[in-house]
Amino acid sequence: MSDTETNPVEDTNEMTARYSVGIDLGTTHCVLSYLDLEAASDETADAVELAVLPIPQLTQPGVIEEKDQLPSFMYMAHDSELNEGDVTLPWNEKPEDIVGSMARNLGSKTPIRLVSSAKSWLCHSGVDRHSDFLPAGSPEEVSKVSPLDATFEYLDHLTCAWDNKFPDHPLVDQEVTITIPASFDPAARELTAEAASFVGYENLTLLEEPQAAVYNWLHACGDEWRNQVNVGDIILVVDVGGGTTDLSLVAVTEDEGNLTLNRVAVGDHILLGGDNMDLALAYRVKAKLAQEGKELQTWQIQAITHACRDAKEQLLLDNDVTEVPIVVPSRGSKLFGNTLRTELTREEVRETLVEGFFPNVSISDHPRAARRGALTQKGLPYAQDPAVSRHLAAFLSKQADAAEDLNESPAEEDNSMFADPLSGGFGAPEADSAQFIKPTAVLLNGGVLKAPVLADRILSIINQWLTDANAEEARLLTESNLDLAVANGASYYGYVKQGQGVRIRGGLANAYYVGIESAMPAIPGMEPPLEALCIAPFGMEEGTETEASSAEFGLVVGEPVHFRFFGSNTRRHDETGLQLEQWQDDELEELPELQATLSTEGRRAGEVVPVNLSAKVTEVGTLKLEAIAVDSNDENGEPERWQIELDVRD
Amino acid sequence: MNIDLASLPTTIDMLHLILAVLVIIFLVLVIKRKPTEQATSVEPIAEQKPEPAPTTAKETPKPAQLKEATPDAALQLLTLLQQDARFIDFIQEDVANYSDADIGAAARVVHEGSKKTLSTYFELTPVRNEDEESRITLNEGFDATEVRLTGNVVGEAPFTGTLVHKGWKVTNTKLPKIAEGHNTSIVASAEVEL
Repeated sequence: MSDTETNPVEDTNEMTARYSVGIDLGTTHCVLSYLDLEAASDETADAVELAVLPIPQLTQPGVIEEKDQLPSFMYMAHDSELNEGDVTLPWNEKPEDIVGSMARNLGSKTPIRLVSSAKSWLCHSGVDRHSDFLPAGSPEEVSKVSPLDATFEYLDHLTCAWDNKFPDHPLVDQEVTITIPASFDPAARELTAEAASFVGYENLTLLEEPQAAVYNWLHACGDEWRNQVNVGDIILVVDVGGGTTDLSLVAVTEDEGNLTLNRVAVGDHILLGGDNMDLALAYRVKAKLAQEGKELQTWQIQAITHACRDAKEQLLLDNDVTEVPIVVPSRGSKLFGNTLRTELTREEVRETLVEGFFPNVSISDHPRAARRGALTQKGLPYAQDPAVSRHLAAFLSKQADAAEDLNESPAEEDNSMFADPLSGGFGAPEADSAQFIKPTAVLLNGGVLKAPVLADRILSIINQWLTDANAEEARLLTESNLDLAVANGASYYGYVKQGQGVRIRGGLANAYYVGIESAMPAIPGMEPPLEALCIAPFGMEEGTETEASSAEFGLVVGEPVHFRFFGSNTRRHDETGLQLEQWQDDELEELPELQATLSTEGRRAGEVVPVNLSAKVTEVGTLKLEAIAVDSNDENGEPERWQIELDVRD
Repeated sequence: MNIDLASLPTTIDMLHLILAVLVIIFLVLVIKRKPTEQATSVEPIAEQKPEPAPTTAKETPKPAQLKEATPDAALQLLTLLQQDARFIDFIQEDVANYSDADIGAAARVVHEGSKKTLSTYFELTPVRNEDEESRITLNEGFDATEVRLTGNVVGEAPFTGTLVHKGWKVTNTKLPKIAEGHNTSIVASAEVEL
């Protein structure tokens, strides 16, 4: 967001930033972790202390509790639903919006007023993310907010909670790191930064969640990490959260004798997580009850989902429990007689979760259905194939040569021809014919993978692939407290950024292109062939800018001009200005289109201005595209520049 | 209460469960209030009546300073137990008319929920870490609230005896805060679905 850039007060900021604060802005929960920079610099050598902020929040009307997690929900209460004193917060007697535990609790009984999964909507290009439409599909009289507003509300609540605890060190003055999925597209990153800029953070950085998990691991290891990994290691980060599955690869290389970490690849945006798993169990139980002739009402299914979540945790532990009763008491005050009772067995949980979400598949077995066209989508584009292992196989195959440039040893075989993404290929090519990048270490993250059974399954699947390909088995890097890892890693990153400890090199995880229709006579029924012009190369680092491309575009003054926009997380060698005439189907992914509008100021409407396109990665971590006039200068003699919108508002 | 003698053994199991839950609740309430009362060293039960101060005084009895327990915390705990464990619903029903299977199913709700409530809002540790039914020795100056002597109580410390119950101690209480003006006497709102 441009606001964050208009604060050139660097030195004073450094002075006041006493804490490094990491915010895990999750799909289902937010966590805030912090680190005292002053204390950390005092004792230099030893362990750097991280702490998680207990977040005061309403849990029931009029009841305030402190919890480590703030559920990412917002409730649009009806006027007559709550009394005046019922929504009081320590810092605000009459807050206008209800977020956190109470929002989730009230929403479980009145879903039409519950805003949930704002983060997933933020990354959904099929909707105007600035428009007020959440809660999605609720009656007209329910007041609506945009995904951006909801994100702002969660950040605002965290900020108030912080300021309440540290009145002398307002959060806006601290070093703030907000985590985002590695798979967030430039527009979603920009929107997150925009929501944060409404709160007013002075020093904001966006950090990819899998990287945050690695930082958390680095923090937990201390100096020991150098003994745990070696040059040439490829660390696969698997992060299965409440709503999304996020994959990244980090390669270990050497630079002037020091070990360095490079994030070399990130996966696609997969809306698949723990919530799907709880729901799957609930429907399994529902089916079981239906067989006994018991029909369930909506509230009962919800109660079952809750019960399943608890039961799942018990059954996935390494213990002797073979079944856990699922009991749904009646809604009324009569508890006896109307209580619905059934069991969830270990076998059922295994079948549903382990085999359903983490099936043993071969490396060439990729997700069944293609991603649906985002633009036609009204709801969230949930992953159609629930098998995390197939998504993982697809990712590793697609990124077969991700680390090629970094490790001196060249990849054994010819690259670029990946395993055929056969749909449902049971008799698919044998593993040795399938190429994939071979991770040597695995770091697991996210609440789902707290369950040892699931963690073991993921590792065994990966190791099976490796063994089939005659590669060594990967080892598991152990991490503690997966619920809080991302926030902790983020606050540690704020400390690393100041020059302490090892920093992961990342940069853009995609190369970006704009589409150019090539000039050729129109043929009825055929779209004119499209060429892609690279405007931002892979790995472009924060704080850098590309030269304006030589290709010229004509922008019409006073009218929005649209560009088709593409990203590729596999084409690592395309330089700025390269014009692609053809590419493989899965190499380039179309992103929401770009829009540039030139103000009519000083020009005639309808006039065409020739421009070049230039890209910049801001310090915050967002991508900025600019149109630069080829032959006109502003009053200072600099070429005129116009911002290109990543998030087009229809 | 009308108990069918034929089904006595199992019925008693269920009742024990109910009693156990009740015992825990009251224990928690009692222990929670304890620290503020230590100075007066009277029986831990909050005595609301004005008269029953120390009885049969030989010297002039000093009137004890009794603290009035505020109902808010107790009501809050009831609310939490009702919310998570349907505690009030459970106790308020007449168990006599239901089968053990019904009561058992409901008891699970109560047990699971109560457990969650206890572990969320209180940190409980045993007073004594020795095994129950083992012999232990109490040195002079032990806290008579922490350890209660029973049976053949004669002689001087150190006392040696059998640990009958290991005791429970709340080491930390973190009850939710309540908004000013919130009516705590509503321990469960009536619910109307539209």
